[in-house]
This record gives sequence, C-alpha cells and structure tokens, in this order.
Amino acid sequence: MSKMHVTATVNGDEVEFLADPRETLLDCLRDHLDLTGSKEGCGTGDCGACSVMLNGRLVPSCLVLGVETDGATIETIEGMAPEGALHPLQRKFIEHAALQCGFCTPGFLVAAKALLEKNPDPSESEIRYWLAGNLCRCTGYDKIVRAVQDAAAEMRGAA
Amino acid sequence: MAKDEITKEFKWIGTTPDRPDGLDKVTGRARYGADFNLPNMLYAAVVRSPHAHAKILKIDASKALAMKGVKAVVTRADLPEGLTGEDLYLQENTLAGEKALYDGHAVAAVAATSQLLANDAAKLIEVEYEVLPHVTDVDKAMAKDAPVILPDCADHTVPEGMGPNVARMIEFGRGDLDAGYAEADLVHEQSYTTEATHQGYIEPHAAVGQMGSDGKGEMWVCTQGQWFIRKMCSAVLGTDPAQLRVTPSEIGGGFGGKTTIFMEPLPLALSKKAGGRPVKLVMSRSDVLRATGPTASASMDVKMGMKKDGTITAAQVTFRMQGGPFPGASPVGEALSCAFACYDIPNLMHVGYEVLANRPKCAAYRAPGSPMAAYAVESMVDELCRELSLDPIDVRLKNGVKEGSRASYGPKFKTIGLAETLEAAKSHPNYAVALGPNQGRGVASGFWFNHGGETSVSLAISEDGTAQVSVGTPDIGGSRASIALMTAETLGIPYENVRVNIVETGALGVNEPTHGSRATFASGKAMWEAANQAIKEMCKRAAQKWDIDPEAVTWKDGAAHPAGDNAGQFEPMSIKEIAAEMGKTGGPISGHHESTPSGAGPSFGTHVVDVEVDPETGRVTVLRYLVTQDAGRAIHPQYVEGQYQGGAAQGIGWALNEGYIYGEDGRLQNSVFLDYRVPVASDLPMIDTVIVEVPNPGHPFGVRGVGETGITPPLPAIANAIHAATGARLRALPMNPPAVLAAIKAMA
Amino acid sequence: MRYHAPATFDEAVSIAAKASGVTRFLAGGTDVLVQLRAGAVTPDDLIDLKKIPGTHDITAQPDGGWRIGIAVSGASLGAHAKLVADWPGVVEGMELVGSTQVQGRATLTGNLCNGSPAADSVPGLVAAGATVTILGPDGSRELPVEQVPVKPGKTALEPGEIITAINLPPRGKNGGDAYLRFIPRTEMDIAVVGCAVSLTRENDKITAARVALGAVAPTVLLDEACAQAIVGTTLDDAALAALAEAASGAAKPISDKRGSKEFRVDVVGVLARRAAKIAYERAAK
Repeated sequence: MSKMHVTATVNGDEVEFLADPRETLLDCLRDHLDLTGSKEGCGTGDCGACSVMLNGRLVPSCLVLGVETDGATIETIEGMAPEGALHPLQRKFIEHAALQCGFCTPGFLVAAKALLEKNPDPSESEIRYWLAGNLCRCTGYDKIVRAVQDAAAEMRGAA
Repeated sequence: MAKDEITKEFKWIGTTPDRPDGLDKVTGRARYGADFNLPNMLYAAVVRSPHAHAKILKIDASKALAMKGVKAVVTRADLPEGLTGEDLYLQENTLAGEKALYDGHAVAAVAATSQLLANDAAKLIEVEYEVLPHVTDVDKAMAKDAPVILPDCADHTVPEGMGPNVARMIEFGRGDLDAGYAEADLVHEQSYTTEATHQGYIEPHAAVGQMGSDGKGEMWVCTQGQWFIRKMCSAVLGTDPAQLRVTPSEIGGGFGGKTTIFMEPLPLALSKKAGGRPVKLVMSRSDVLRATGPTASASMDVKMGMKKDGTITAAQVTFRMQGGPFPGASPVGEALSCAFACYDIPNLMHVGYEVLANRPKCAAYRAPGSPMAAYAVESMVDELCRELSLDPIDVRLKNGVKEGSRASYGPKFKTIGLAETLEAAKSHPNYAVALGPNQGRGVASGFWFNHGGETSVSLAISEDGTAQVSVGTPDIGGSRASIALMTAETLGIPYENVRVNIVETGALGVNEPTHGSRATFASGKAMWEAANQAIKEMCKRAAQKWDIDPEAVTWKDGAAHPAGDNAGQFEPMSIKEIAAEMGKTGGPISGHHESTPSGAGPSFGTHVVDVEVDPETGRVTVLRYLVTQDAGRAIHPQYVEGQYQGGAAQGIGWALNEGYIYGEDGRLQNSVFLDYRVPVASDLPMIDTVIVEVPNPGHPFGVRGVGETGITPPLPAIANAIHAATGARLRALPMNPPAVLAAIKAMA
Repeated sequence: MRYHAPATFDEAVSIAAKASGVTRFLAGGTDVLVQLRAGAVTPDDLIDLKKIPGTHDITAQPDGGWRIGIAVSGASLGAHAKLVADWPGVVEGMELVGSTQVQGRATLTGNLCNGSPAADSVPGLVAAGATVTILGPDGSRELPVEQVPVKPGKTALEPGEIITAINLPPRGKNGGDAYLRFIPRTEMDIAVVGCAVSLTRENDKITAARVALGAVAPTVLLDEACAQAIVGTTLDDAALAALAEAASGAAKPISDKRGSKEFRVDVVGVLARRAAKIAYERAAK
C-alpha cells in the first residue's frame, strides 16, 4: 500500500505527514504527529474522545481519513489555548472536578468549546444534547454540565 | 485512634483545591496506556475465536510469518505448561489452549513493524475449529444436560447430582426460617434476573511490553494495579516477578475491570520472541466488550416475611451467577454477603451457586455482586412495603443495621451510618416533591464492605521542606488530591507543597490495586504512618540542635516546637529549616509504611429516584435523583460527590438499557457503544448528593471508601419507581422500553 | 486500498468503471470508516466525492424545490434556515443521525446509500417525495428515494452509478412534515422504529399526505393506507386511531437486539400519531 503525502494546518502550524489511506485522522494525529491528546475510545464515532475541529466543524477524528485532510485546518485539544494559558472551559473543568479519570476530558473540552462558540448561553438541556456524543463513565455528567455552564457564564461576562 | 483526634478541626481536609493532575488532564498531556511509544517498537494484533465454544484443531501462522515485517507469532504452545488453579485460568484466558471458551477468546497474537501490517497478518493466521455446543444463559448452564465447559470443575462444596457447570456452592445462615415466617403477616417469594454489564471504562486496555531472552522485562500499562499485572503476567509466562518492572500509565477508568490481566502477557511474550523489541498492544472497543471482564449475569430467588408494623422476621435467597468459563470469577459469594447486609434480620438463609458459561471471564465491577443482590432484595422489601402500605424509608430505619448489629454475613458492625443516610434521604426536599401522572418514586439502600489490602507507601522530605509521597495505588478519580490533602494536614504544610507520585513496581513494596474503595483509605492511612515517622525524625533533628530530649519536642503547624516550658525556650524550627540542614544533621528524612490495614469501615447509602414512564412506549425518564452515602470523612468533597454521581449513573445504565446480548450462535451482538448503551449526557438529570459523615474509627481521619456502594441502590430504586409510576413490577434487567411496555400491557 | 479524490462526477464514474475490486464512495464516511475499522469491508478503491465542486451546496430551485449536494453534512443542513423552514421533518430526521460530532460528517446521501431500513433521514425524504439524481456510465437518471433501497444493505444503484444530488420538491402552501423515531436512550442509537409524515391542509382539513415508516420492514415503507387514514380528516381522534392502526398493520418487523417485533408494531402506531400531530401543526403556519 503506498502512502500519500498530506499537508495540513494543525493548531496553527503547517504540518506534513505520510498517511496510509486506511489510517484515520486520529491515527495520523497520534502516531505521525505525536498529538496524543485526542483519544480512541471506540473507533466508531460513538464516544467522542477523539473530537477535533476540522475546517471549523466538530468531527470525530476516528471517522475521518488522514488522506482526506490534505489542505485542511485542524484544531485539537493541544491547541485549545495558547501556550501557558488555559481556556475558561479548561479552568472550570478543574475547578468543578468535572473529570475523574480524565480520558474523555479532551473530547469534552473540544466539543464544549464548539458549543459555546455557536451558542454562548446554552440551557442545561442544550448542553446535554450537544455533548450526548461524548461518553463519560466516571462522573455521571453532573459536574461536566456545571463546568460548561459556569465557563459559559464567565465567557459571556468577559465578552 | 482516639475519637477526639478524629473530630478536631482540619485545615486542609474537607477543602476542594484543584487536583494535582488537573492541568495535565485538561491539556491532553496526561499519558494513558496507548500514549506510550518506544524506539524500535513493534505493534501487535490478536486473533480471536468467532465461536462461543470450539475445539482448536490447528493454528497455521505460516502465511503471516512469511509477510515482510512480521516479527513474531505466539500461540498457547509458546507459554509454559503445568500451571494450576487461578494461574492456569489466567493463562487459559490469555490464549486459548485446546478449546476456545467464548466468543472473542484470544487464540494467537502477532507482532509486526506497523499496526496495519499486524492487522493484516492476524487475518492470515488460519485457525481450524470444531464447533461445540455452547451455553451462555445462567439457568441453562445450571442444567444437568448442559454442554460441559471445563470437565470436573466442581469443588468439594457441590453436592452430587448437580449439573456439570456448577463449580461451587455456598450456604450460610442463622436462626429458624420457619419460625420467622410463622411470625410474619405477609410472606412473599419471587425470582429476579439481571444481565451481565460491562464497566465500560472509556479507555481500552493498552500496554507496551518488553522482555529479553533472559526473562527481564518492563511494561507500561493502564491498570488499577501494577503489582497484580507483574504477578499475573509472570505466572502466565513462567518468569520471575522481581525481573518484571511495571509502570502504570494514567488510567482511563477501571471500575474493577483493570484489576486483572487479559491481553497484558501478550506483548511480553511477543517481545521475547521478537528478540526483545518492545511491543505495543491496544484493544479495540469490540475486543474490550467481547474479551475483558464484564460482571456476572444472575438468576435469583428471594423469600421474605414481614409483620404489619414493617418488622422483617425472616428471609432467604438463592443466587445463581455465571462468571464465565473458569471457576473463581463469579461474585456470588460477595452477592450473598451483601444481600441482607443493610438489615438486622434474626432468621436468614443464603444459598449460592457459581456456574460456568461460555462467556468472558468475569472481573470485578464496582461492588461486585452487590448490585444484583440489591436488585432482588430491595425490590422484595419494596413489594412488601407497598402491600402493607408502609413508608419504605421507615421500614429500612426499623430494620436497618447499626453499631453493634450482627451483620448478615457474620461480624458485628462497628460505627456505621446507614440510619444517617436514611434520615438524610427522608429530610431531603426531593423526598417531598409532588409527583405528576405517570411518575413514581423509588427508594433503595445499598452496602459495600470496603477493603484494606496490602499497602506500601513512602514519603520523603525535600531539601526545601516540601514533600513527595510515593503510592502504589493508581489515581482513577482524584486520589492524588485526597492523599495530598491528608499529607498537608499531617505535616502541617501547604497542599501545594506536596507531590503525590503513583510509582512503578520497582519503587515500593507490594501494593494491591486501587480496588475495594481502598486508595484513599489504605494509601492515606499508610501515608499518615509514614508522615508521622518523618515527623518523629524531624523532631529528633530539632532536639539535637536544641540539645534536649527528642521526647520533649512536638510537631505543630509544620514546625518542631519545644513540648512545653520544661523543655526549654526555643524558637520553633520549621520544616523548611530542618530540611535545609538535613544533610548535616543525619541525612535524608523520609518515612515509609507497610501493612495490610484492617478497619476499612463499610459504607452504606440510600438513593431516592423519581421517574416518568411513557405508557405508550415504555420509555423511562429519570426526573430527579438523590444519593445519600456515608463517607466517614470526605477528604476532598467534590471527588466524593463524583464517586456518588458516577456510581449512580452506572447503576442507572445497568437498570435501564445496558446488558450483554448473546445470539443463538453464542456470539455477542452488541460489542460497540452504539448498541452497548451506557447513559449519555442527555439521559440523566443532575444527580443530587448528600455526604453523610459518620467517621470510621479505623482510619486516622475517619475515612471510609466511597467508590462502590453508589452503584448498588439504583437497580432496585428504579424498579421500585417504575412500579410506583405504572403498577408494573419489573423483575428482570434491563428494564428497557420493550420490557416496560410489555409489563404495562400485561397488567391490562 | 487506493484513495481517489476526483474533481468531477464524470471522473468519479470513470474511476468506478475501471475499478475491478470492492469499490466504496465517500460522502460523509461515517459508515464506510466504521466498516473499514472493524475490518468488515476494506475497499480496494475508495472514491472520495467530497472534493467535487458543488457537493457541499444547498441550492434553491426555480420551482421552489431544493437541490442538496451529496456532501452536505447534517450540521450544514440544520444550519440552513430556509430549508429548515420548508422541510423541518427532513432536517430533523438527518439531525438524529449520530452525535454532534457525527453530524459534522454524516450526509443524507450516505445515510440513504447505506441501505439500512432504520436510517433516520430516509423516512423524511420518502414522505417529502424526494428524488435522487444518479449519474452512471450510461448517463443520468432520476429515482424516487423510496426506490433507492431494495433490501438491507443493498440499493438500486447499478455498479458504477453515483448519486449526484438529492432533490426536494417545492413545499408549497400549508404543508408540514415531521419525523419521530424511537430509541431506548435519548441520543446515539439506531432507530428501533421511525415514522415521517408530510401533509398539506386546507383550513383544518388534510388534503394530501405521505407517511413513511422506518425499521419495520426490509426497507423504509411508503404506506398508502396510512395516508388514506388521515386524508380528508381534520386529524381528529378517530383519524389518529385509524392512522395508528394502519401503521401498525403495515409494519412487518423482525425481532432483533434493538427491539421485539411486538414492540415495533405497537410503537410505530404511537409514533405515526405523534408525528402526524406535529406535521399538522406545522402545516398551519
């Protein structure tokens, strides 16, 4: 199987990698670019742990082929906030103890950020339905939903 | 420990600072099992049986081995012979021998220079099977004419004449059942079933293993217990545990499922065969659901007698639980001991059967056995309460165990908090909310023993007076934070000045895993002992400097003080000052402690749930949910709440929609998250919690483990709520919409 | 596996015509990649249609209908206010496919071509009277959506044929549609039963209706008896009861891991009633 050359913008930097056509974007991020913050929990688009932004759209990176992303713009958890700073969501997740094992956390943060960019003042129900594709087995979602609500409130206040 | 010691005011305990590993976990930096890579590493893939029960006639790996880049294949023939007991079962489960015993049972493994190549090679390994009759249902597995899974599996407890898959029988009780039932005004007898569920941790098992021809090896692995990995892998491979060094990664959930081994010996075996190159093996979700350790499915009979005033006079259970194809894995013993643990009943009988079936080898899952038992017993209590028009909380208060009660499983309870959780539930606003049409409220209580376990901890004072604590219990839900808080409290230094490290097997004595709700209890208790050792040493250093007797020095607020006017007049010496001079005053200062602590006080909890049932579709919506549970002492209350909420959510999933579905062919039909339906965010309401604190006399700060009890009450609480909403009594799990609709229609 | 990203549909057809092994097309990829990952289907040739200009567009047609490009994701569909105003039932069907993340990838065309009787977007399209434009080696043709799936996993497309667009008819005045499905959870499941209703009304009376039932037969059913049960009525209780009975009567489901036969027969009637009420309300606006 011959590999294909892919050039993409990841977290603001231009990157190049060689991808087997069978490799997913998640494989390429983790194995070729050493960006292991995105996680594989299922490989079938059912858990959300691999959530990334692809050309401004929230997608499961396990359901995108690496070779499709030539020329694309990708944002991952590693690029969620500039070096040294934290996004309000990241801070609120820590403050509210919205993580236990932390494995699903990167996916939740990327998905929640996409929500707040689209809807700065989501209701509890809107948060729960938007994040229904992000599975968390530790928290029962309570503290995650509260952290998103609190971050949204803070971001609205700051804006 | 004196009680006044426990109840004094704390500076750090009970506060909620940011967890020490929070930053790594919100930035994607934390390294989990699959995030490790090593130079010259190979990638592995596993060949799994598509049959529930089949004789393995031949394995031909020649085509795979002929592929360029394929470096090693291992089958059972590569593992040592002659193992017995649990070691043999672990080995048999790692790679099938003569027979594949369940759908997904590993048969061979291959290592190659890339993951895609390894996957391709695995497809070329040809396995010839002779398919055998199988059984996956627990009641069918009990039958005398059931297919034989392991010949002669029965131990001495199994009476003559039982079916071939009954491996063990347990029987215990007290009092006189007949006399007890004769005293009762109402006696009911019912049967209940629960389906197997999976822990459903989001991180699949992953490991990188390296082992040379000399049997020396290293492993990086996601696990709840690095020493268990070391011991079990060594047993399976016939190597020396001391020669294997195991480093735990961050762990993406475990809930008991990562306390044992499944595929972990394979990268080591492959590495050894591939000239010592490191080998990485990561399970897929489907592998996890098919071939790791779900919990048992259960078939249960309950009989109970109650007086009109709510007094329970006698009760008995018979539990049948399959634990997969090997003896020793079914949690039936724990289930029996938990069945009536909340109640003080004079006349009791427990009978249990451990049954083999063509399903994966069960592992622990959060309070193993207790949720099933609670489903049966707490449903029965509710049935009697309803028929006698009694309040379910009052009946539990009337019959509930308290300090001094003789537990249904034998010992006398010390200080416990069941009654306090019931009172907290009763006085909570949720218990008074008025309900609408098609809505109902359910109550249930639950119990878990909690566990001490082998524990080794060391604590070292740094040159600047900060402290590092090395513990062997992986942090799944915030235990670094709780141990750092207790360390700060003990040493009298700021929380930020403590670093808690989860260390590899080379750094400490043997530790049991983070299981049995023991991390904060046992590692915390051992830390306290270790810290006091260091404090004693620091007092000695101060005494040396002051030239007074070490006994005349006390430790307070992070500094050595003269113990009174008689000791002399000296300015206190801070930990920072003592640490700065330690090289000159006698060398490094540290403390360590090893023990198997007893005194892990049990944790009781009570849940109240309101549901609404759509009478036309059978859909159950959880409207509100309350957990009250005894934490003994909440060290970091947010993470205590997190345990309560997480346990409740898993229990709600088990009650409503989770469950293994096997086809007629014995294959698992729902091995992806699309069809193995764990609760999603929109399925649940906020989960209200009340932390009850009845300090555990067996811990310096009063801690009780809080991890497990929370999964027990949801199963019956929801069944009881559905009954209240619809009048239909669901006696089988899951109570999914087709089951609920059928039950509603059956009443009409 | 060879990956192709043709720049035109003609190029895609010619690549497909030359391919001899297993060929798959990539619209959103949410089914193809799952099969690839599971090792169930590893295509020899994978033809990515998303890079063809126009495939991401939603275009209003001169007659008031809509032309939807084959790579339009569920998220894009839902963000198109005018289309949502015309065909809310079609859009809500698509939006039920998978999670928010999957919505960033999944497409109507892909959902249709997967050939599942439980596909959430298909009943809405069928009830709406949507068609697909197909391009093949022998030229172009148009097919009603209900004729695309022929059995589970199989479509009426000939080898080398590609759907190039989905066409929705003009909604017209006083029309409304709705789609409801039943799943055990609130999200993330495959429909156990689905039902879409599209109708037009004159004042209170229903003048035309199309009712499509999902996951109760080998393909999505367009059921005339259901339509007849409500046409000419004001959707009173008798009409709703007749509709439920017709829907349950039309259902020929199987029992599987997602639901029993009995359950599906019962619930399809319930959903038909509930969907019809929503469509009726929407038609008044």
